[in-house]
Amino acid sequence: MSLINLFKIAIKAILNNKARSFLSMLGIIIGVGAVIVMMAIGQGSKQSIREEIQKNGTNMLTIRPGADMRGGVRLDPSAMQTLKQADYEAILNEAKFVNKVSPEVSTSGQAVFGSNNTTSTCYGESTDYLSIRLWQVEEGLFFTEEDVKKSAKVCVVGQTIVKELFPNGQDPVGKTIRFKNIPLRIIGVFKGKGYNNWGMDQDNVIVAPYTTVMKRLAAQTHFNSILCSAVTEELSDQAIEDLTAILRRTHKLKDSDVDNFTIRSQQEWMETMSSTMDTITIILVVAAAFSLLVAGIGIMNIMLVSVTERTKEIGLRMSVGARGLDISNQFLIEAILISLTGGLLGVLFGALLTWGCNTLIGYPAIIPMWSVLVSFAVCVAIGIGFGYFPAQKAARLDPIEAIRYE
Amino acid sequence: MDKKVVIELQNVRRDFQVGSETVHALRGISFQIHEGEFVTIMGTSGSGKSTLLNQLGCLDTPTSGEYYLDGVSVRTMRRSQRARLRNRKIGFVFQNYNLLAKTTAVENVELPLMYNKEYSAKQRREAAIAALQAVGLGDRLEHKSNQMSGGQMQRVAIARALVNNPAVILADEATGNLDTRTSYEVLVLFQKLHAEGRTIIFVTHNPEIAQYSSRNIVLRDGKIREDVINHNILSAAEALAALPAPQDD
Repeated sequence: MSLINLFKIAIKAILNNKARSFLSMLGIIIGVGAVIVMMAIGQGSKQSIREEIQKNGTNMLTIRPGADMRGGVRLDPSAMQTLKQADYEAILNEAKFVNKVSPEVSTSGQAVFGSNNTTSTCYGESTDYLSIRLWQVEEGLFFTEEDVKKSAKVCVVGQTIVKELFPNGQDPVGKTIRFKNIPLRIIGVFKGKGYNNWGMDQDNVIVAPYTTVMKRLAAQTHFNSILCSAVTEELSDQAIEDLTAILRRTHKLKDSDVDNFTIRSQQEWMETMSSTMDTITIILVVAAAFSLLVAGIGIMNIMLVSVTERTKEIGLRMSVGARGLDISNQFLIEAILISLTGGLLGVLFGALLTWGCNTLIGYPAIIPMWSVLVSFAVCVAIGIGFGYFPAQKAARLDPIEAIRYE
Repeated sequence: MDKKVVIELQNVRRDFQVGSETVHALRGISFQIHEGEFVTIMGTSGSGKSTLLNQLGCLDTPTSGEYYLDGVSVRTMRRSQRARLRNRKIGFVFQNYNLLAKTTAVENVELPLMYNKEYSAKQRREAAIAALQAVGLGDRLEHKSNQMSGGQMQRVAIARALVNNPAVILADEATGNLDTRTSYEVLVLFQKLHAEGRTIIFVTHNPEIAQYSSRNIVLRDGKIREDVINHNILSAAEALAALPAPQDD
């Protein structure tokens, strides 16, 4: 029998039993919907992380103390104090592919103004910080080289600090807040940046000259990290090589020693974050895929019932000349069609869930095109895989017994 | 008679294993049926007539002996070969019609041709319409099987048996589910087909029907007990006319 006729018969059989067909599709609909929405969430998260990282400038390089930590073991704490003023100066003077440098020191504590207080983090930076992170000062000014030299007690604050400490709408610029009991005069306010993907409030910051933070707040002589800007994104790799050479020299490392610092480009960050998201996505999708397996078993179950119910029809078809192959193809195509229709509805269901995710919850989710195609392919595979046994059962019926079956 | 032999059985035996016992359903059946014969095969239940019908219909193969359908040996054929043979050479008419549910008359009649790649969709439909017209249902083409009476359904089934222009029509108690009047109507149709030169084998336990056929084979205990030519064929049309007029309802 031709394929077109087989499809016609299958469509008719499905329509003759609408309720049951829909119920057997339901598992596939839910399964595919879940897979689609999981993939959409994974993809959406990845994309927004990417955008987040790009917002911070794609040519930013981060130098951290200690060897590469990816999958490693943290060594003794002194290894974490290797970045010093000398390193900063060496980079400033010698680095060829880097045009902006800011050492970073951070300390957490309480910021107080009048009767209001809030917990925040104070970052010590150089004047290059703004252009490295692509941040903007909305009101007032950023601190100057002069402030850095004098360890001036000045700071620039984020929107959250303004909201928490100046709830009545006073102009924060010119006011003096206390951070860890040290008075800091606010000279500027950052433009709002909102939360990042890790749920961190990027506006809950106080930025002061690094000298101020090191000497007056944190009382430490090492940096937590050094931020640099490569001249262009393309030169990032060369910049990393160059910086590595400089730091190995200032750290007096022998050829046999491993680096006691790590330099990461934004690209590497992106890759790390992406691969983490990929892992999470895979776990979610595998969980959803199990529901597809169960759905396939459901289809097999319904098809077996259907074969038994239509024994007489099978007997008739055989007696008028249907071969076993014709019969098995008929049931196989019916199973594939059920599964594929379920898949189609599942994709729509998944799209609906994704839309809900975006508009109702506000979580970024993007359906990757390939996930739709993969879903359809999986549905066909489920149809064939789980339709095969019932189809074989139908094909092996004895026409003599089947035609007289009551 | 030098007409073509359509069916030839040579000492056909069929044994079944029931548990540890062997049941001999057919114990050596031999006969020939020529083109254009209308043969009734009679017998009580257990006489082996169903088993014989399955043999004749190529649904089953003999344990021993030979069966030639239109000159082709069936015994050694595989399942799919026999399916093809049924499709091209045999038209079945069953006691309980066996129409597809929720399906129109034309679609039911088209069914055998669906399994024949030589027919296009258009040819299939034309052949089905012609067959339905031949059984007097030209005005009920699009009626669904559940919208028809028993007699109409059986006529659709006969049209389905005719549509592939078979070498032989095999009817299994084709009037068994019908009332007297409708039974005669169906018999009239079979006689008409016989007159047109078709070969018909009608399996039944009703001795009356033998009067309307050209030959009668009686089975008992898996053997042929009687095989007689009927020289005095009654007309089903006359019998139908002699019936009291149907009451209006």
